[in-house]
Amino acid sequence: MAIELLKGNEAIAEAAVRAGVDAYFGYPITPQTELLEYMAKRMPELGRVFLQAESELGAINMVYGAACAGKRAMTSSSSPGVSLMQEGLSYIAAAEVPVVLVDVMRGGPGLGNIAPSQSDYFQMVKSAGHGDFKPIVLAPASVQEAVDIMDLAFDLADKYRTIVTVLLDGTIGQMMEPAELPPMKPRRTAAPGWALTGAADRSKNMILPFRLQVDDLEAYNLQLQQKLALIAHSEVRYHEQMVDDAELIVVGFGTAGRIAQTAVRLARRQGIKAGLFRPITLWPFPERRLSQLADDARGFLVVEMNAGQMVEDVRLAVGGQAPVKFLGRMGGSLPMPDDILAAIVKLDQASTRAQPDAPCTIEGPSMPLKHFVSVN
Amino acid sequence: MQYDVVFSGFGGQGVLYAGQLLAYAAMDHGLHVTWMPSYGPEMRGGTANCTVIVSDEDIGSPLVTHPTNVIALNNPSVDKYEPLVAQGGLLIYNASLTSRTLTRPDIRGIPIHASEAAAELGNLRLLNMIMMGALLQLADAIVPIEVVEIALERHMATRHAELLALNRSALRRGMALANFAGAVA
Repeated sequence: MAIELLKGNEAIAEAAVRAGVDAYFGYPITPQTELLEYMAKRMPELGRVFLQAESELGAINMVYGAACAGKRAMTSSSSPGVSLMQEGLSYIAAAEVPVVLVDVMRGGPGLGNIAPSQSDYFQMVKSAGHGDFKPIVLAPASVQEAVDIMDLAFDLADKYRTIVTVLLDGTIGQMMEPAELPPMKPRRTAAPGWALTGAADRSKNMILPFRLQVDDLEAYNLQLQQKLALIAHSEVRYHEQMVDDAELIVVGFGTAGRIAQTAVRLARRQGIKAGLFRPITLWPFPERRLSQLADDARGFLVVEMNAGQMVEDVRLAVGGQAPVKFLGRMGGSLPMPDDILAAIVKLDQASTRAQPDAPCTIEGPSMPLKHFVSVN
Repeated sequence: MQYDVVFSGFGGQGVLYAGQLLAYAAMDHGLHVTWMPSYGPEMRGGTANCTVIVSDEDIGSPLVTHPTNVIALNNPSVDKYEPLVAQGGLLIYNASLTSRTLTRPDIRGIPIHASEAAAELGNLRLLNMIMMGALLQLADAIVPIEVVEIALERHMATRHAELLALNRSALRRGMALANFAGAVA
C-alpha cells in the first residue's frame, strides 16, 4: 500500500470501509461531515449500506438495529449530535451489541462552535449515557493513527460486544497528513451466533435493553461490570516518548498530546528532562503506567483543550506522589508549543519531589496510593 | 529542520490547493508534512487560509502562532498576518490586491504583482501558482522546485491535465518575479 496525503475524516471513513463496516448511518454536522459525505459515495459503490438518517436519534437507533442483526455498523457525529445519541448509546450498551462511534469533538457547551475541542472527555469516558457502563474510548493523535485505530475499534467492539468510541477533535478530522491505508479486509459472511437473523432453523435469540426484575438487573449489572473489568485489564494502550529518564511528564491525548510532543522536544533542547505520555485508550485509562511513572517523576503537566477533564484521572493515578499541573485552552483555541514549554519550565523550577511522609501541600488528591483501586 | 508556511487569501484564490501542492511535494520528497485548513466561519465569505508544516521529523503542532513564511493573496490577509509573522520571517504578498506597504522593518516583505502576472499568462486563477513559485524561490530549502513540478503532474486532477504546462509557467514566472523583488528588497 502506498502512502497518500489523506484528510482525517476521509481517511477514517475509508479505514472503516477496509475494516469491513457493513452499514453506516449518520446525520451531518461539522467538523465531521466529510466522513459522512465520503461514506455516502463509497458505501453504495461497494453494495453496502449508507443511510442519512432524519436526525442523530434516528441514526443511532439504526446503528443499534443493524448491530443486533450481526452487521458491523457505525455512525459518526460531533459533540451536540453525540448528546442526542446518548439514549441510544445506553440502550446499545445494555443490549451488548458491537457498535463503533466516531466523535469529532467541537467547542461547547451548547451549540458552541465548530472549532476543535476536547471538552467531551467526561461525556464519553465517564459514561456515554445513563446507567452503569463505559464504552472503550480510543483517541488518535494523527491521521495514520486514526486509520490504524478504526480496524482495532471494530475488532474490540466485536470481541467484547461493546461500544467503541473513536474520540478526536476537528484538528485531526480536518487535517491532511501522509498515511497508509490497510488492505481491504473481506467482510464477515456469517453473523455471530447471538445475532437476530431469523430463528427458522434454530432456537431464538433475544437481545434486551432492559431487565425489569431487580434481581435480574443486578445480576446483569454484575456481569456487565465483569466484562468492563476484563477490558480494563486487557486493553490499555498508550504512547510514550522520552519518559525513561524523564523527571517531568507531560500528559495529553489526541491533538493536545501531539502538540505537547513539540514542547517536550523544545524542553529537552533546554536541558529539561521532560517526557511525553499520551494515552490512546482514554477508557480504559492507563492509570497503572502513570502510577509507575509517578514513582520517579518530579512533576506532571496535563495539557488539554478543555477546562481540565482528563487531569482528574491523571491525579487519581499519580495519587499525590508528585504535583500535577494543568494547562488548558477552550473555545477552539489550541495550546501552542511555546505556552506548553513555558508551563514545563515553570514546573521544572517549582517542583521538588515530595517527601514520602511529608504533609501534602501539592495539587491533586492526597489519598495514599494503596486506597486507589487499580483495575488495570 | 522544520518549515512552516501559511497560505491566506479569499476563498476561490486557490489558497487551499497551493498548500496541498506543497504538502504533496513534501510527502513525495520523503518528508513529514501536515496541511491544516481554516474550516471555521471565516471560510464563509471572508479569508481562507491553511498552514503547511514540513519537517524531517514527525510533526507535533499542525499550527504555529508566529509563522516564518506567509503567502498573502489579498489585503485582509496582509492585515491579518503582518503582525503575526515571526521576526526575520518572510511575507510574500500580492501587491496587485494590496493597498498599502508593510510597516514592520523586522520581516522580509516581498511584493509580487501576481494578479497582473497571472492575467499576462492568460488565466487569473494561476495567481496561486505564481505566489507558490515566489515562495520556492525565496524559501528554497523547503522543497526543490523540481519536486513541486513533479507533484503538480502527479497529483493534479486529470480533468485539469491540459493546464499543467500553464501551471508550470506560472511557477517559473513567480520564481523570476521573486528573484527580482527579492534583489530589490
